[in-house]
Amino acid sequence: MNKTVNQKAWFFVAPVLILVAFNAIVPLMTVVNYSVQETFGDNVFFWAGLRWFEEILRSPRFHDALGRQLFFTGTILAIEIPLGVIIALAMPRKGPWVSVCLVLMAMPLLIPWNVVGAMWNIFGLPEIGLLGKTLNTIGFDYNYTRQPGDAWFTLILMDVWHWTSLVVLLAYAGLVSIPDAYYQAARIDGASSWAIFRYIQLPKMKRVLTIAVLLRFMDSFNIYTEPSVLTGGGPGNSTTLLSLDLVKIALGQFDLGPAAAMSLIYFLVILLFSWIFYTVMTRGEEQ
Amino acid sequence: MALELKNVGKKVGADVHIHPTDLTFEPGSFNILLGTTLAGKTTLMQMMAGLEKPTSGEVWFDGRNVTGTAVQKRNVSMVYQQFINYPNMSVFDNIASPLRVARLPAEEIRTRVGEMAELMRISAMLDRRPSELSGGQQQRTAMARALVKDSDLILLDEPLANLDFKLREEMRDELPRLFAERNCVVVYATTEPTEALLLGGQTAAMHEGRVVDFGPTGDIYRNPSGLESAKVFSEPPINLARASVKSGWVLLDEGVSWKADKGLAEGEYTIGIRPHHVSPVRQSTRSVVIEGKVKVAELTGSESIIHFHAHDHPWVSLSHGVHPFETGRFARFYADMSKCFYFDADGHLVDLSPAGKAA
Repeated sequence: MNKTVNQKAWFFVAPVLILVAFNAIVPLMTVVNYSVQETFGDNVFFWAGLRWFEEILRSPRFHDALGRQLFFTGTILAIEIPLGVIIALAMPRKGPWVSVCLVLMAMPLLIPWNVVGAMWNIFGLPEIGLLGKTLNTIGFDYNYTRQPGDAWFTLILMDVWHWTSLVVLLAYAGLVSIPDAYYQAARIDGASSWAIFRYIQLPKMKRVLTIAVLLRFMDSFNIYTEPSVLTGGGPGNSTTLLSLDLVKIALGQFDLGPAAAMSLIYFLVILLFSWIFYTVMTRGEEQ
Repeated sequence: MALELKNVGKKVGADVHIHPTDLTFEPGSFNILLGTTLAGKTTLMQMMAGLEKPTSGEVWFDGRNVTGTAVQKRNVSMVYQQFINYPNMSVFDNIASPLRVARLPAEEIRTRVGEMAELMRISAMLDRRPSELSGGQQQRTAMARALVKDSDLILLDEPLANLDFKLREEMRDELPRLFAERNCVVVYATTEPTEALLLGGQTAAMHEGRVVDFGPTGDIYRNPSGLESAKVFSEPPINLARASVKSGWVLLDEGVSWKADKGLAEGEYTIGIRPHHVSPVRQSTRSVVIEGKVKVAELTGSESIIHFHAHDHPWVSLSHGVHPFETGRFARFYADMSKCFYFDADGHLVDLSPAGKAA
């Protein structure tokens, strides 16, 4: 058969191409452009080659921020994924309570991110905040604006509060899709509830949990709004995550070249981790 | 080790799912629950297994009341319409799982799984995951898991429904052989009358939560106890018509009449005649002519199923060979009234023995 050449087809694809060009390709290329040049304003550019990349990769400041970022993401994943699964398992499968639970779970996800930051900012204040005041009254020396440990504690608690629901909802969707017959068959076999979890529920939830981990990984690696409102990266630099640092370099110091190089490295790190994780999780199920 | 249901019923709220039912299944017997979807087959099976508690009555097994006994203490196996296997275990581990729960020695597990896999013809697949098998092999694995543990009661809930035609035929042949040497009670649920006839054993015909008939499969087919039983056990659906018997003649509303059998009292009846006794060709000297307008003609290759209306009353004819009919045309059909059932006003079959009815 002859291929039909239909030039009109371009006409239909054009809107998408224009949209993608303006919201992805053009900004990305602008960043690439900045990352290999030096500018002092007035649209005067000097070729810088890979100098900014070398500088960023060698800088202890970037290493520290990356380390903090990995610690943050690792911790919240280690808490949110198991906790989300446990809550999903405890939720009712049928009856009037299902919708009540689902709405309650969806609540934190509906709150704007900067509001979440502001809420926890006030919530944790040692003098007036419910959390801060309570902790201090019962004898803890808690002050997240002064002690790095307390700042981390509040940051992680906030993220767990904000995002565990997402894991719960995904895990719950995986659970309710398991036909009743599986549970009956397991009861007939005399399987323990641990065995039911290990051999039926967990394998059946594997796909949604993969998605949950990926989403939480990418989101938490990109997190900016909430820590910026809560601690602003402080005290000192103790909670300065990658995105906070990036904004400081780009808008605080106006070092556009290094900031652009850092953005690209940042982007590649996320891409690399996501790709490794996805490949490992979906290995051996090519059908 | 007989299974006895004594007045077992199930109500959910105000809905009656199973009307109080008495049934006895002997050890070593093959029993079929035949009925359409929602007839209550699955609910009844789950109560036999102990997965659901009856709201009335008792379940007895081997002379003991097991109504309150948990399913894992009853030595029951069940095979479902969906292929239920542990997704991330190999076929071997799947089949071995009930034996492992029973803590048998590893050596014995290996031999028993090996034998069962041999019997099910999945020996070559033991290292694979269920998702890497065809539907038929997955269902064989599920069956092997159910049979490997020497249960006293084996329940099969439409196990062949999700398989393709060819596989279904194959497994239908194998099934009775698999259970032949066992002394357990087998209960098999199906929606298909043909499947019930091919499998043999005993059949309990179910309709809307009631067991309407129970006995050897062939007997139930040839002599249904009543209207509901005959309806459940006919595919395509049995032809029904109102008839009155007067001075030795049976008269249909359509104006068709024939000489009444001896012993048929005067009065109103519903007659039932299976589609394969209504044919475009004359089958017997007692055939009567029914003329009707052809509505649908389904030609399956070896059989023709013709739906026609006689005086606005629907009829179905099933005959061998290909009989092309044009829809909308009038055609003559011959109903062999020596094969017809007479049901009285209460829907009970009128016994015309010793004449008997041959299918």
